[in-house]
This record gives sequence, C-alpha cells and structure tokens, in this order.
Amino acid sequence: MRILVKGAGVAGLTVAWQLYRHGFDVTVQEKADAVGTGASGFAGGMLAPWCERESAEEPVLSLGRTAADWWEAALPGQVQRHGTLVVAGGRDTGELDRFASRTTGWEWLDEAAIGALEPDLAGRFRRALFFREEAHLDPRRALSGLTAALEEARMRFLFGAGKDTGRFDRIVDCTGAARIGQLPDLRGVRGEMLYLETEDINLSRPVRLLHPRHPIYIVPREKNRFMVGATMIETDDAGPVTARSMMELLNAAYALHPTFGEARVAETGAGIRPAYPDNLPRVTAFGDTIHVNGFYRHGFLLAPAMAGEVARRLLAEAPQPERLAS
Amino acid sequence: MLTLYDVTVQSRLLLGTARYPSPAILAEAVRRSKTEIVTVSLRRETAGGKAGGAFFEMIRALGVRVLPNTAGCHSVREAVLTAKMARDVFRTDWIKLEVIAHHDTLQPDVFGLVEAARILTADGFQVFPYTTDDLVVAEKLLEAGCCVLMPWCAPIGSAMGPVNPMALRSFRAQFPDVPLIVDAGIGRPSHAAAVMELGYDAVLLNTAVANAGDPATMAEAFALALDAGRLAYAAGPIEPRDMAVPSTPVIGKAVFA
Repeated sequence: MRILVKGAGVAGLTVAWQLYRHGFDVTVQEKADAVGTGASGFAGGMLAPWCERESAEEPVLSLGRTAADWWEAALPGQVQRHGTLVVAGGRDTGELDRFASRTTGWEWLDEAAIGALEPDLAGRFRRALFFREEAHLDPRRALSGLTAALEEARMRFLFGAGKDTGRFDRIVDCTGAARIGQLPDLRGVRGEMLYLETEDINLSRPVRLLHPRHPIYIVPREKNRFMVGATMIETDDAGPVTARSMMELLNAAYALHPTFGEARVAETGAGIRPAYPDNLPRVTAFGDTIHVNGFYRHGFLLAPAMAGEVARRLLAEAPQPERLAS
Repeated sequence: MLTLYDVTVQSRLLLGTARYPSPAILAEAVRRSKTEIVTVSLRRETAGGKAGGAFFEMIRALGVRVLPNTAGCHSVREAVLTAKMARDVFRTDWIKLEVIAHHDTLQPDVFGLVEAARILTADGFQVFPYTTDDLVVAEKLLEAGCCVLMPWCAPIGSAMGPVNPMALRSFRAQFPDVPLIVDAGIGRPSHAAAVMELGYDAVLLNTAVANAGDPATMAEAFALALDAGRLAYAAGPIEPRDMAVPSTPVIGKAVFA
C-alpha cells in the first residue's frame, strides 16, 4: 500500500516512522524546505502526561504515559528521564497545592531535596512537586533524528511546494495549523517561546513555575541553552513574539533564578498549535485522506499514540509485512 | 428576573470565559450554570488572526449574550479603544469596563475608570464598571452614566470571598435601585450565596469555575448557591443574636420568665 504523509512536523514524522515500521511504502511531502518548521520546532518536548493532567482530560495521561518509551525506542539516547520539578513563587505557593490536588504521580520535596536534585536552585524554594516518571527530549534533535533514520531507510522526502507526488492509495494529512478553517472545529492556539543561553546555571530537568495567570516552564537543552515557554493565546496569528509575552517569559525565568537576567536571548519564536474544542487530537478519515490533527500542546506527548492509531486503521485494510529494522 | 440596561435575564450568574481547560469544558460549564451572559476578554484573544478568531466563533456559538470586557487595559485610551473593537466584533453596546492600576494586584484605577465611563457612555455604550466598594467612586460612575455597578468583594482571582461584608452592606444600602453585581474575589459557592443574601442582584465570576477540578459541576454548584442566596434575601433572614434562643419553650421553666 502506497502512503503519502503530508507534513513533516512531529505528527507527520511519527506517522511516517510508524507506517514504515509496519512495512508500508511511505513518501513524506513537506511544503517547507526542512522538517519541523511549524509548531513542532517551537515545542517544549516535555513528555509530562502527569503534569499536563492538571488542565487536560484523562486521555492525555492514558495515551501519553508510554510516549517516552516510544521515543527512546525510535531514537536511543535522546530521551532524558529526569522527571519534572514544579515550583511556585513565595506568594503563589497555594498554586502548588492546587496543582497537587489535580494531578497524580508526584512527591513533595523540601528545600534540601530540591537542592539535591537541582543544586543551582538550592535555597530558592521551600517546597516543590517532583514528577519522577516524566521525561523530556529536544524536539529539533528528535525531528532531525527521525528524518535521518528514515532517509537512511530510503524513505522518499519531497520538500518544497508544487512537487508532482504521483499516485498513492492513501494520504495521511499531518499539516497541523495549515488546516485551520478547513477541518471542522479546528482552531489555533498561539504559543510563544524563547531560548536563553547562559553558562552560569545548570538544570537537569524541566522546571515549571506556577503562577495564577502566567504558568511558564523552562527546559534545559544542550550547549547551555534553556527553552522558556510558552504562552497560550486564542488566535491563529503567527507573527513575532509580542513585547508583553516576552516580558512574561523573561519575568518567569528571572523569578526562577536571577542568573537568567544575565543570559543571552538566543532566539524567540511563535507557533500555532492546532486544537479541537476538547483540546485532544483526532484521527479522522475523509475519503482517501486520513487527517491527524489537533495536538494542541501535546505534539511530542501524543503523536506516538495517534501514529499507532493510523497504523491500526491502515493495517486493518491492508496487512503489511512487518519490518523489524530499528 | 434581572434587568440590566434594557435587557431582562433569568439567571443571576455572569460567567467569564478565560482559562478553562478546553473550549468544550467551557461550553459545558456555560450550559450547566444556566447563565445567559458571558464575559469575553478582547485583549489577549485577539493578537490578530483570520476571520476574527475561531475562539470568538465558539463564544458566539454558545448562544448566550456576550458582555465583552477590557481586561488588562491600563489606561483610559486603551480601554476606550478596546471597547470600540469589542463593539465591532460582538455587535453590542455592552462593555464591562476595567481600567487596571497595577499589573500585579489588578486593582482598578478608579480615576481612569470614571473618565473612561464618561467617554464610553457619551459614545452610546452601556457600561458595566468593575470598581472597588468605594461609595464616592460609585456615585461618580452613576453620574458618568453607568446604570449598573460591579464592586469587587476581594481582589481578582484571590478566591477569598467577601472580605468586607460591612462595605458591601452599605454599598447595597446606598444604591437600593441600581443593579449591583459582585465582580471578582468569589472563590466558592458559599461566597456567592453570602453576597446574594446581602441583596446583591448578581455575581460575576471566572476563576472559581474555570480552575475548579470539574468546572462544569462547579458551575452548577454556583447556580444553585445563587438561587439559594437570592431566595434567602427575598425571604428575609433572621438577625444574629449573642444568646442562644430556644425555639420551643424549655420544660420546667415559665414561658415568660
């Protein structure tokens, strides 16, 4: 069965990977000239279903809890399993109790335990929630890793607009926000982020700073970089980050540790997360096209489960010889 | 029945639409609260985008009256501009007017509030001002043309409930004929019931429902509490006393002892 996957973000590449593993003949088409140019490239890469359950419905936990294993199997060595630390400023410690009451899979840490986990945060917070089972990865590295592995397996990638795509039995449309206005009920939720660069502080895991209005997270990356994200604004405007949003992101980083005040702002960016009204992703079929969309803020977390769902549907129609290659 | 400007509604709950886990949950909360009026912030939800935004489409699809607000506006000019934008987007002269003094505490700038209320009323708006429980400011707002007042009962999002019942009581006594809506500071249904018992006409809330573990169920709880509080006010609650008063004569003692 010949499959065309449209879109080379996290949704498209995980579907391509999953279908390839199941023996399908897959081509990936991406209208940009590189992978991960949409919202995926601005993602936090947190595999944090327990934390996300604070504001997301149950499927985010049940579908997302195996995501770290999926990514580890696909890209050995890329998944960092160091948990998530959740803290709040002195005035907002009530937020920690609220967060705890909405979630599971955490333990309370006292000041000493926080310092043992993250020495650079020692003495800054009296207590924190620690989600031991959670993990994170670098989205850009993961997407280029998947692409490299698929190219090595001789999968065809068609970059740029207007390429003749030939004939396919099925199209799997993973073009995300590009389908807003075309897929029923799909809307955009803008997310803004920035990268800070400093050698003066080290973190080993994502840290979430709770705040009643502007909850922000900081995810450590390679080369002394820290991804600070992300705003949630109900619009599909993909323009540059606003001054207000940047101020909120920087304020949060500064509140986590004043050292971030001396960091370099290495990059800013904004992406549009496609979302359905329940903020959960869907796999929907229209004729020969299967749409995988609506990942909201859970692309890396839920893409493996949705890719599995696509594979199940296509295998039910046309069983393929399983590939055992890694 | 509650009449706000020329509009009559049954429900005495006005519900904010920010910070729900998802639009689907917001829609369910609106349904179970039986509210007929929702407030919508224009500022953060419109950084631009196509077709006025899918979020506004969803709000319109709720089938309830929209009270746009100027949340997050820090100056008279900003608030007036936002109100005009809101009128275009939602085709309503209603505006919940917020002029915020401090980004941090979200305390209203009452001087800017009165000035913006004057400008907007002259421009044909029907203004719902978010104000403190200060009586003089309230008088100025009425002079500016406001026919509804919305005093806080505690700082926005604080969930503390009525921190100064005496001030709320004198506010009600001072303006017996003005529709009064408690806006901001409500955390629990019991808080909403308490202000309704004081004779307030309605309650506006957002965080208490949106951030609840189960927003839709909490919305229904608030609807019930508002009904209870309103009924209690209509029924005339008894006044508290310092001493226990037996409700039946105590055996062995003379009734008129």
